[in-house]
Amino acid sequence: MEARTTTLANAPSLEERAYRVRHNALRMGEVQGQGYIAQALGVADVLAVSYFHALRYRSEDPAWEGRDRFLLSIGHYAIALYSVLIEAGIIPTEELETYGTDDSRLPMSGMASYTPGMEISGGSLGIGLGIAVGMGLGLKRKQSDRFVYNLMSDGELDEGPTWEAAMSAGHWKLDNIICLVDVNRMQADGPSTGVLNFEPLPAKWEAFGWHAQRVDGNDIPALVRAFDAARALSEPKPRVIICDTKMAKGVPFLEAREKSHFLRVEQHEWTQAIEALDAGRKS
Amino acid sequence: MSRTKRAPWRGATPGPQDPNKPRLTTSAMIASLAGEGQRTSPAPFGRALVELGKTRPEIVGMTADLAKYTDLHVFAQAYPDRFYQMGMAEQLLMLAAAGMAHEGFVPFVTTYAAFASRRTFDFISQGIAEEGLNVKVCCALPGLTTGYGPSHQATEDIAIFRGMPDLTIVDPCDALDIEQAVPAIAAHDGPVYMRLQRGQVPLVLDKYDYSFELGKAKLLRDGADVLVISSGFMTMRSLEVAKLLEADRVKVAVLHVPTIKPLDEAAILHEVGRSARLTIVAENHSVTGGLGEAVAGTLLRAGVVPPRFRQVALPDAFLDAGALPTLHDRYGISAEAMARSVKGWL
Repeated sequence: MEARTTTLANAPSLEERAYRVRHNALRMGEVQGQGYIAQALGVADVLAVSYFHALRYRSEDPAWEGRDRFLLSIGHYAIALYSVLIEAGIIPTEELETYGTDDSRLPMSGMASYTPGMEISGGSLGIGLGIAVGMGLGLKRKQSDRFVYNLMSDGELDEGPTWEAAMSAGHWKLDNIICLVDVNRMQADGPSTGVLNFEPLPAKWEAFGWHAQRVDGNDIPALVRAFDAARALSEPKPRVIICDTKMAKGVPFLEAREKSHFLRVEQHEWTQAIEALDAGRKS
Repeated sequence: MSRTKRAPWRGATPGPQDPNKPRLTTSAMIASLAGEGQRTSPAPFGRALVELGKTRPEIVGMTADLAKYTDLHVFAQAYPDRFYQMGMAEQLLMLAAAGMAHEGFVPFVTTYAAFASRRTFDFISQGIAEEGLNVKVCCALPGLTTGYGPSHQATEDIAIFRGMPDLTIVDPCDALDIEQAVPAIAAHDGPVYMRLQRGQVPLVLDKYDYSFELGKAKLLRDGADVLVISSGFMTMRSLEVAKLLEADRVKVAVLHVPTIKPLDEAAILHEVGRSARLTIVAENHSVTGGLGEAVAGTLLRAGVVPPRFRQVALPDAFLDAGALPTLHDRYGISAEAMARSVKGWL
């Protein structure tokens, strides 16, 4: 069985995985002194459940045909994905020091041509779900039972192509797509409510023919239940898990910052951030 | 402040009719470019793709509600399970094609050139080309091939796509060119944009010692006075012009350049440098950013400068609606209009 599950003896708990993902993200943030740290901390639990509960993959062979595909539509969340790819053994830990530096395999915005385990070049926001539709159709052509996960931000709900893809996935009944929407309600210009209101979300997705769940994206047992339900669903529908997350989750003094889309953190604060994270670590 | 359009409107109110010059009608969205009595071949793109599909099971067809108008319906009828109707959603069309290519398939994707170039540029660029994915975007209504006005006239598609790194751009002349280009672009590992004619497509190049090779320009006829460098159906028009000018003892060479990018710079430099001739670039495209400027840049960079350089191309403007023959004449890309221009430049 190639799937990574938490039932393996001596495997770290999902909470511990999420802690390590956050820890990796903070260390990468320190290299740059700034960045999309708040998003990485917020989505760490979703990534931990994805990579250590749900996804099938081989660390030593990221292009393995039998893998579940995981698309990072939000290119600037690369720091978050690198953090989990390091924890998953797909990227060596020592590369963490190169994040965002010249000639690194870990550029600030995620690109498939740079990084093992990065399936697509996201970043031009709103493109992931459409590619997932094509992959979903392609996997069915190949009679593969693998899933395509697409991680997108709530900001990408503003983009028209997201809804073209949502309508298409419903039309084709692509039950091999699981879309993860990170709803942290913070966009480049401020809170989403003031940028472009996207609610009511479950009703919108359901109207497009999707099976929709909404969970607290920082509640690991709730995420596990939602992923299990999405994977086990027998209805021929694409599935979306709307994950309400808290920006900078796990580091209280960063959670309190208002301008959290692109966090600037003073040099001395990185140590404090890791200490704060450690204080909340569940053993 | 009101920006409501006021007179003069672009069209004219009905006036006295000239009995010798009846008003032509716009006709269907896509009219055949074949002249009276000209030989044609039906649906060369669709038929070539069906043929190729026999040996290439990974080829799939995808469209945005324009299968019939791009001849992809021929493929759809032959291989219904390899045809994907993606709805009138061009952005999704390109992304889904990217996803299919990620999974190892070779999608031939069709829509109109105006929509592919203007509406989906980012999706082809970031979804397909940046990753070097094997998607072939094949588009009807390139340049001025419909009378429906600027919404459907892709007079700047090549200018737009030339800016995209790693994208191969093909502008075939006729049915033979299209038929031979289909397997050639399928054999090329990477993204391609190809301009199409559909329906009854003129057949011209079978009378010449010619075969399509991706990336190669071919001299179709030689001539000591004028060198025409052309692509698309303007190669057909240039060959007609060469024949028209025989009556005036003007000898016209025609270099057909069906691959716009990468450009066959060696062949162009060779032909221009071979003798001092009036050099004309003829294309079904805006004067801005197409083959003409690509050739001019090539010549200047190499220091190979012809005595005179002219372009037969569409003006940098939103063009009129109307009947195609009227419009081709008005904008100088009919054989007669082009012949008049060439004579004026001699």
